[in-house]
Amino acid sequence: MNKLFVPAFAALALAATPVVAQPTDILNASYDIARELFDAENAAYTASGATVTVNQSHAGSSAQARAILEGLQADVVTFNQVTDVERLVEGGFVSDDWQTEFPNNAAPFYSFPSFLVRVGNPKNINDWGDLASEGVQVIFPNPKTSGNGRYTYLAARAWANEEYAGDEAQVEAYLTKLFSNVPVFETGGRAATTAFTERQLGDVLVTFEAETLAVTKLLGDDQYQPVTPSVSFLSEFPVAIVDKVVDARGSRDVAKAYLDFLFTPEGQEVAAQNFHRVQEETVAAAHAETFPEIRLVTVEDEFGGWDQVASEHFADGGLLDKVFINQ
Amino acid sequence: MAKPAHPAGEIVLIGLAFVFAALVLAVPIALIFAFAFREGAAVYFANIFERNTLHAIWLTVLTAIVVVPINIAVGAALAWLVTRFRFRGRQLLISAIELPAAMSPIVAGVTYLFLYGAQGLFGPALQTAGIQVMFTPLAIILVSLFVTAPFAARELIPLMSQQGTEDEEAALSLGANGWQMFWLVTLPNIRWALVYGAVLTNARVMGEFGAVSVVSGTIRGQTNTLPLQINLLFNDFNVTGAFAAASTLTLIAVATLLIKSVLESRQHA
Repeated sequence: MNKLFVPAFAALALAATPVVAQPTDILNASYDIARELFDAENAAYTASGATVTVNQSHAGSSAQARAILEGLQADVVTFNQVTDVERLVEGGFVSDDWQTEFPNNAAPFYSFPSFLVRVGNPKNINDWGDLASEGVQVIFPNPKTSGNGRYTYLAARAWANEEYAGDEAQVEAYLTKLFSNVPVFETGGRAATTAFTERQLGDVLVTFEAETLAVTKLLGDDQYQPVTPSVSFLSEFPVAIVDKVVDARGSRDVAKAYLDFLFTPEGQEVAAQNFHRVQEETVAAAHAETFPEIRLVTVEDEFGGWDQVASEHFADGGLLDKVFINQ
Repeated sequence: MAKPAHPAGEIVLIGLAFVFAALVLAVPIALIFAFAFREGAAVYFANIFERNTLHAIWLTVLTAIVVVPINIAVGAALAWLVTRFRFRGRQLLISAIELPAAMSPIVAGVTYLFLYGAQGLFGPALQTAGIQVMFTPLAIILVSLFVTAPFAARELIPLMSQQGTEDEEAALSLGANGWQMFWLVTLPNIRWALVYGAVLTNARVMGEFGAVSVVSGTIRGQTNTLPLQINLLFNDFNVTGAFAAASTLTLIAVATLLIKSVLESRQHA
């Protein structure tokens, strides 16, 4: 009797123990124009033997941060701006040392604002100064709503700071001219691209180099050509684990394994094939022909960090508002 | 007195009406199908049967299957209440029914976010209970219920006030009970308004973009409805795919209208 009872009891106890199984799917909340990139990354991740399904949600990265604060169950974020991850840190969703959890400040790839012009470059646009010329129409997304647009503003200002040796009046005059050359400010990066390509607005599109190269490949180099300016602004695309979600779902290990993959040579190769620049040396060397040389300034060197940028430039009544008079 | 033949002016005006209808209605609809099929039928069906588009079609149909019957039933009950009874606050109730139709869908979406979002009114309690509403199909159904709540009642209230209560009182005086009166007298009187209310509700549920986009979370293959999927495909430079998805939405709309016309013609036959 007792001999029968013990195994039965053990079986019951086993059944009652919660099985610590990792979920078989995770959600990656990502920015607007990263759809093609993560379609490719996720396919490569599956091909590498991973069994987890990675679902994708794409929208402006500020909108995604807000959705996560409101309960969107994203296990990981892959954003195009550090400030949007910081909003999750403030909300208690991401630990404040997230940038040390992965290499390169947790940025598996980077890009920078660059130019796309119509083939033959009829307006002869080669650098930031040309964007403020009389009769040139420039398309870039609204810096008030788009990280892409904020990067463009900062890149143009970095160029002007050097060009005018820090003379703030001249810098502001240049930026005011640049902004008044924009016929319409779209709310996001992809909308700006479709305004330039589908609606044929403007002479030059300013957006991430990744987008300019992808558009040229997709729509044909008989129609568009990328132009690399002399200097631009380093735009790192950070990734982070959403602690609050993975702790609730028990998905931390699969979430981390997925983000780790983005830093492996395979993951980096996929990013480079999709026109994102990477740090991994052998992959970067293999794709050197795709990516022209460029000097990139960083937010720390040029503007004293993201906090200072937020308060000096992007706050209401800040430096952006002084030059963005046609908003 | 013989009727005069169509005078020239009348013919010109009728002709103009046809030209206008062709330009404003027929050409855009034809264009949807022209673009959807511009790379051939094989690509068209590959686009329709793409996993995420197929899911978007299913989610949109599911939402309509849940929302339309509920809003028809609630609309009929509300219309019954405000046309058959006089009570304090009746006018207020009639205005309240109209409210969702008068307000921008994006406001409806944001309102639901503030109700059920994690930082919203009910969000924290729901989270403690382990119930996820926001960014799930449930949120899409809830917000669709709200946005389309007035459509059935709006069709029914004018008709039911005009018809009055005489038929129903006659039925009751002849010994019918409440259910008999409803099924045999009220329902036949209002069925065309009900069908029209259902057509309008269905069209709006399937086409709603603004409110749904706020509460959806736009997770591919999970919470993208057809309008969201069309927008996404268009932004992905997949114009053919976007129009293929749009064609299914158009076909559903045409089918709904056809069903309505067939039912109507049977009625008058």
